[in-house]
Amino acid sequence: MTIGRTRSVALSGLSGHLVDIEADIASGLPALVIIGLPDASLGEAKDRVRSAIANSGFVMPPTRVTVNLSPASLPKQGSGFDLAIALAILAGSRDVPTESVASCVHLGELALDGRLRPVAGVLPAVVAARDAGATRIMVPAGNRAEAELVPGIEVIPVASLAHAIRVHGVDIAVHDIDVIEPPREPEPEPTQRDLADIVGQPDIISALIAAAAGGHHMFMLGPPGAGKTMIAERLVDILPDLTPEESLEVTSISSLARVAHTSRLATRPPFVAPHHTATAVAIVGGGSGIIRPGAVSRASRGVLFLDEAPEFASTVLDALRQPLESGDIVIHRANTSAHFPAHVQLVLAANPCPCGNAGIDDTTCLCTPDRRRRYLARLSGPILDRIDLHLPVSRVRRAQLFDSTAPRVTTAEARERVASARARAADRWGFTRPDPLELRSGRFRLKPTAVRSLDAALDRGALTMRGYDRVVRIAWTLADCDGSDTPTADHVGRALYLRQGVPA
Amino acid sequence: MALKHELGRWGEVVASDFLVANGYEVLDRGWRCRHGEIDIVARLATSIAFVEVKTRRTGRYGHPLEAITPTKLARLRVLAGEWCRANRVTAAAIRIDAIGIIGDGIAIGSLEHRTAVIS
Repeated sequence: MTIGRTRSVALSGLSGHLVDIEADIASGLPALVIIGLPDASLGEAKDRVRSAIANSGFVMPPTRVTVNLSPASLPKQGSGFDLAIALAILAGSRDVPTESVASCVHLGELALDGRLRPVAGVLPAVVAARDAGATRIMVPAGNRAEAELVPGIEVIPVASLAHAIRVHGVDIAVHDIDVIEPPREPEPEPTQRDLADIVGQPDIISALIAAAAGGHHMFMLGPPGAGKTMIAERLVDILPDLTPEESLEVTSISSLARVAHTSRLATRPPFVAPHHTATAVAIVGGGSGIIRPGAVSRASRGVLFLDEAPEFASTVLDALRQPLESGDIVIHRANTSAHFPAHVQLVLAANPCPCGNAGIDDTTCLCTPDRRRRYLARLSGPILDRIDLHLPVSRVRRAQLFDSTAPRVTTAEARERVASARARAADRWGFTRPDPLELRSGRFRLKPTAVRSLDAALDRGALTMRGYDRVVRIAWTLADCDGSDTPTADHVGRALYLRQGVPA
Repeated sequence: MALKHELGRWGEVVASDFLVANGYEVLDRGWRCRHGEIDIVARLATSIAFVEVKTRRTGRYGHPLEAITPTKLARLRVLAGEWCRANRVTAAAIRIDAIGIIGDGIAIGSLEHRTAVIS
């Protein structure tokens, strides 16, 4: 009985598991059997592996070969196990040194001629291998740049099965071959947009800076053409650069969501704006077979912008409630579950009514009151309650457009203000944000004079206790933006206005 | 007889010589019934082996044993039962074997004997 062993990585969501791959070269009629819950594309590996071995100048053992992917109960998907399977078989037939193959993790899809094709999700797979204690990982040469983004593990890029065999210490000639490169995404064009493009809306600018500084969710209500989309896009511009861990997370998600092309770490927060016909699966993730991240995960550490929010199916919007609260999302299947991050800053935009003209001077709204009410009622209370900043956006008037005396804030200035506000908050609170109780009664309690307007609103019943806590939080953010040590009555007043600006 | 049939006959002779040399007693060769043909029936102690022989000139088009398909194996199983009934053999341990030969009709390049290929 001769057995060859090696390892590879199975991804479920962003987390990966090391998979032991053992090939048993037994007596019996020639056959290649793969067991251990492979899906269709992995089941087809046997035909790719057979051709690739033959075309690399080796002989597939003319016996019964059983390949087991262990743990056998974990479902495995995709073509990334091809290289590991081929090498396990060749180690089993003693064509390749067994120790060398067993000590290395292998990723990659085989072409019929033996070359290695790049696969999706290499970045999270390499991270998982490293975290599981692996020291060496062999990846397709086309994924080299992506795999090398991960520190702390030796990455061995190989162009073909023959090349891999040679690296494992077999003295065979390896011809120069064309490396199969992943499809390249065009370089993103440097953005031309600037915060200074927004004219005549100073309130919006300061609210936007507060949103970026405090990570508050935002809801904009205004007529078509008022610039809601323009404002949302600029929110992501004024967010600070990603930290190294965030950057790895964002890049991993994009590596998983698209077919492999990632070659550099993302440094800027993502901006994702799904269309309002998106399904719940498109937003939160899922899909048949391979579980893919949804828009909320692709926007993690960045901005998720839902334009025309009332046009989204209410089930889709309500599906966002749980991830907004917990910052991650778990998608369950009968036999597995996938974790994805979902630390998004949510920005909703809506027209005041279906025709868009309600509440605008000089125009007539054609909607019946009932229709108008129904339109905004599609945004459920629980969703709106999680949103701190409610901003009315109005159309810009000609006088504002040509008012050259009005101050304009550029993106660079705003980003600086956001960074310094965040630094103040971090100095005060450390890494963990204080819970509401601490803000209400602990050492961060505000002066009674500062919260007078807030107490009045609470007494009137205009504010819930949760709303009260949120307003205090916004007030702290506003104080940080202004550079003051503690929120004043003015900050609290503004926070109350921002929280309740839109009577929705 | 076509060239390929000649090669097949030669392979069966080579295979039965090999079995005899390994202590088997060849009970039957080229036994036919309406379901098909068994190449070799051989006995070793109390077990009876029904042997399918595949012969190829080269390994260039795959190993000879690769040509034994699941359909062929299923037929061999039926044939084994038919042979036992026809020969009134009842209490034997029965198994299906395969022998793959690469050779040119004169010299043997390689010979492989796989026992109990249906489990």
